[in-house]
Amino acid sequence: MGRTLFEKIWDSHLVTSSETGPSLLYVDLHLIHEVTSPQAFDGLRIGGRRVRRPDRTLATADHNVPTDPLDVPVADPISKKQLDVLEENCAEAGITLFPRGHANQGIVHVIGPELGVSQPGMIIVCGDSHTSTHGALGALAFGIGTSEVEHVLATQTIPQTKPRTLAVNVVGTTPLGVTAKDIALGVIRRLGTGGGSGYVVEYRGHAISALSMEGRLTLCNMSIEAGARAGLIGVDDVTINYLRTTPGVPQGDEFATAEKSWREFASDPDAVFDDEITIEAASLAPLMTWGTNPSQVVEVTGVVPAPVDEADTRSLEYMDLAPGTPLSQVAVDVVFIGSCTNSRIEDLRAAAAVAAGNTVASSVRALVVPGSHRVKKQAEAEGLDQVFLAAGFEWREPGCSMCLGMNPDQLTPGQRSASTSNRNFEGRQGRGGRTHLVSPAVAAATAIVGRFAIPHEVAR
Amino acid sequence: MKPVALVEGRGVPLGRSDIDTDQIIPSEWLKRVERTGFGRGLFSEWRDDPSFILNQQDFVGAAVLVANARFGTGSSREHAVWALMDYGFEAVVASSFGDIFRNNASKQGLVIVELAEADVAELRDLIEKNPRMVITIDLTRRTIEVAEVAWQREFAMSDTIRERLLNGWDDIGLTLLHEDDISTFETSYDRQHPSAAAQFSAEATS
Repeated sequence: MGRTLFEKIWDSHLVTSSETGPSLLYVDLHLIHEVTSPQAFDGLRIGGRRVRRPDRTLATADHNVPTDPLDVPVADPISKKQLDVLEENCAEAGITLFPRGHANQGIVHVIGPELGVSQPGMIIVCGDSHTSTHGALGALAFGIGTSEVEHVLATQTIPQTKPRTLAVNVVGTTPLGVTAKDIALGVIRRLGTGGGSGYVVEYRGHAISALSMEGRLTLCNMSIEAGARAGLIGVDDVTINYLRTTPGVPQGDEFATAEKSWREFASDPDAVFDDEITIEAASLAPLMTWGTNPSQVVEVTGVVPAPVDEADTRSLEYMDLAPGTPLSQVAVDVVFIGSCTNSRIEDLRAAAAVAAGNTVASSVRALVVPGSHRVKKQAEAEGLDQVFLAAGFEWREPGCSMCLGMNPDQLTPGQRSASTSNRNFEGRQGRGGRTHLVSPAVAAATAIVGRFAIPHEVAR
Repeated sequence: MKPVALVEGRGVPLGRSDIDTDQIIPSEWLKRVERTGFGRGLFSEWRDDPSFILNQQDFVGAAVLVANARFGTGSSREHAVWALMDYGFEAVVASSFGDIFRNNASKQGLVIVELAEADVAELRDLIEKNPRMVITIDLTRRTIEVAEVAWQREFAMSDTIRERLLNGWDDIGLTLLHEDDISTFETSYDRQHPSAAAQFSAEATS
């Protein structure tokens, strides 16, 4: 019997193996950032332990960095301290760090793929639940807690009990205007926030093969919102062609050798998954969330649904929405285009295509936060920054920004946002803020109309 | 980690489902570099409301949080576990948990008890009727019990996690017992898979 992609990666990383308890897996790449690492380094010091493989560890500052111009200092002393502590810890351990302002700095899940350090067949971990993103490259990538960060720093391994596998088949062709974000929201609507719990998801089917690498990163990114710690997509031409453009992969003749081994990282045709679901791509439309968890999803052109349980009622109350209200009548205060879900060059191109020649509604504050300095530079080379600025969007420096409001980019109580990020939890973007998750194109259209809108409603 | 074999204390019924880790500890608390002091941030957005259950006198000093479905989903922040423990909780009972949260709890000695949804609801009802009653969680027997009303349920907990909790074992110490296996694997793995990240070390200071 053939093996799944997951099984191939699992088998090739087993340091010790157990059928009943946890196995010990070797970690290729450990990504760290300022928020979930300080207590891990502290723990190492208390235990008298060292970082085993600083060369397999890579750090960036992303979660709390301001997105103001780089000559503006970090105003919040607690954030400043956390950034300083990351620099000290990395310097002490010999870990490569891309601090604020560095040409390679950016959101950890944007820079791993774009630098080419996230590669097929790897096990990648990071103290961040959206580590699932890197699975788009055929790597087993999952988020870990700070105790586990300390464990990986000390041992370069992680104990794991073997998860089950779930194939999510998205079959057929997606309708025009349906993006990877809409597929992600459609999958979460189907699975619920807990449906993927205990599973590693592999996305399969024509609609997945047809996605660009940026789209695949968006989709795998949101696996955790369905409860799955990891999402995977098998290696194909899209993967190889993407990797070829990155600086971190073997160059010249060595690339061909690497490509040959990478292409092994796809599920065998006769591989069997523990469970399987199928979604018809044709059933998808531009989607958005209406409530306070990412499975509360509705079409952008639809209406606020009637509550089916107490959780829905509570969500409606928090979101200040009445059932039956067309979303096209719901006004937004803030539009945020950014985050590890949707801040890559393709996302910015999609938003800019809608924004071009239009003007942000006067009642709306609209921010564009590129995922990394490399994305920002590329966007500026294409003139996208000028498109956004001319339309009235802010063009800011890279970071996690308003996705989780750890830096000054926050909603104020009662403000409503259309956000390309990944979580619409209560208060996620700022205390009392009301978040609706959307794709970059819908975000841009919404910024211009001032109410939730699909790109068709905006003049080109 | 301190060994834990028994949790005995009063409960708090928190019936909401989908309590994500952003609710347990909002992100403004994540800027701290310490591991202590997070109890003040626990459910901080809800604690502004005087009627919120943790603000009620009956539930001060409780040890067992009895929640609902999908507790601890979302962000990987271990701060959620630190906040619950720093506040005084020793165990959380729910019908399902976020995977990363469950993992994090096991590293810190916060006891996770997963029961059927109906049983969790029953337990919440019992507490609401009598907030003073004592809940006993016995890891050796894998049981949760309210002796005064003769209510008892068994729960599943993997042998690995139970052993670790009972003995207070440190995960890193356990793994390093396999140092020879790690070194052997690593030496051969490095030859075929040199670190892709290493090449960026020279760029880090530029």
